[in-house]
Amino acid sequence: MSQCKNAPKKSVFKTIGDAFVNGLIKENPVLCLVLGTCPTMAVTTSASNALGMGAAATLVLICSNTVISLLRKVIPQKVRIPAYITIIAGFVTIVQMLVKAFVPEIDKSLGIFLPLIVVNCIILGRAEMFASKNRVALSALDGLTMGIGFTAALLAMGIIREVLGAGAIFGHELTFITQSSWLAPMIIFILPPGGFFVFGMLIALVGKLTGKKNQPEEFGCDRCPAAATCSIRVKGGELDA
Amino acid sequence: MLDFLMFSAASLADIASNADIVSLADVSASDAAAAAAPSIPFLLRLLGVILAGILTENFVLSKFLGCCPFLGVSKKLDTAVGMSAAVIFVMVLATAVTYPLYRLLDSLGLEYLQTLVFILVIAALVQLVEIVLKKFIPSLYESLGVYLPLITTNCAVLGITILVIDNYYGISAGYTFGGGYVTALCAALGSGIGFLVAMVLFAGVRGRMEQSDIPEMLKGLPITLVAAAIVAMSFMGFSGIIANLGLQ
Repeated sequence: MSQCKNAPKKSVFKTIGDAFVNGLIKENPVLCLVLGTCPTMAVTTSASNALGMGAAATLVLICSNTVISLLRKVIPQKVRIPAYITIIAGFVTIVQMLVKAFVPEIDKSLGIFLPLIVVNCIILGRAEMFASKNRVALSALDGLTMGIGFTAALLAMGIIREVLGAGAIFGHELTFITQSSWLAPMIIFILPPGGFFVFGMLIALVGKLTGKKNQPEEFGCDRCPAAATCSIRVKGGELDA
Repeated sequence: MLDFLMFSAASLADIASNADIVSLADVSASDAAAAAAPSIPFLLRLLGVILAGILTENFVLSKFLGCCPFLGVSKKLDTAVGMSAAVIFVMVLATAVTYPLYRLLDSLGLEYLQTLVFILVIAALVQLVEIVLKKFIPSLYESLGVYLPLITTNCAVLGITILVIDNYYGISAGYTFGGGYVTALCAALGSGIGFLVAMVLFAGVRGRMEQSDIPEMLKGLPITLVAAAIVAMSFMGFSGIIANLGLQ
């Protein structure tokens, strides 16, 4: 199995299965590319929140990838980032309204992270790196697979944090934890420190399972979707060198 | 040592009893309710808002906004300070511009355009600031302008502009336009300073970590995140301090 750092850079997948494996394992946006860390740690206090966030972000990702790919030959190079942001913000507003109307509990529990999908590095990053250079069908597929990878990572974190922190799963109480004499839910897993801790451990685990030199070592310039237009990079400097 | 452990267990139990499953929206809702209490003088309430942004509602360590620059730029102290200065500047400026803009949107019945308008305004504003700094104050550009592109599409800046509208806007929340505006600016300033405090602290922690012996599996990002977890835990000790000081 190839490792995250050496993930294939080619943009055409041989089969759809290849695309799914890419989004889920080889280039998982959260655990390999380490994009979109803010919502990952913030909304995974329960598994259902994680699922809601993942679904919303996937929807925005597929729609924005499609539209940006449709317009890729029309948008001028110099204004592409503001154009992408406008398109993504439009879809986020639509998803916000849909969620407010049909699942208001998710809206209340996600709080400000629903509008903050607009600045989620995954969406802007995929738009910049994939949708602006590929056909519509491929971009939509990429959006779907990356979204599923994102949702899977969020769900993993959400389940771990909810089981350890509240002794419940998707809201159903697990009596073998809450009413046991020697086990007890550890509320720190639901609080902010738990978010950082579980995320770090998950990255370490995934790194260990998929290869030794696999882990994303630090936040480097390659990871950031703003790398193309960043004035620091243009000057030739690494940020924390 | 035992006293300390018992004290921290008691405070954790306190937090636990106040919220079954803590959701971020709950925190801001209770803030809005508390802020509408009229018995505290306005200036003291502003001070409470600033202190809250630094201690109890620290943007990075409690709200998870602005994690990317926090984890990526905190290795060296001078880059950390430069980044934080840029963040404070952009946060206050963005709030100063977007708060009245929301009032305009509200009066036109276009609140649903909030996300779109805010992010475009922030992006444009930062570009403008970068150009102005580069041309007119090159020394300031060297020390803080280079970080500006990194914070444009960052959760922290868009987060603060949306949060101040949620918490400090409108008659229903108990704020007039002028009072709400000043409170919003103080909230932005407090959150920015909180970001600075968190960054500087974490730069120190990472400096210590450089010299430690870390297991192979945890090297790099995982151990950084575990260190951040411990720093976040220490900040949890501040909960309730603003209310107890009588400022909220």
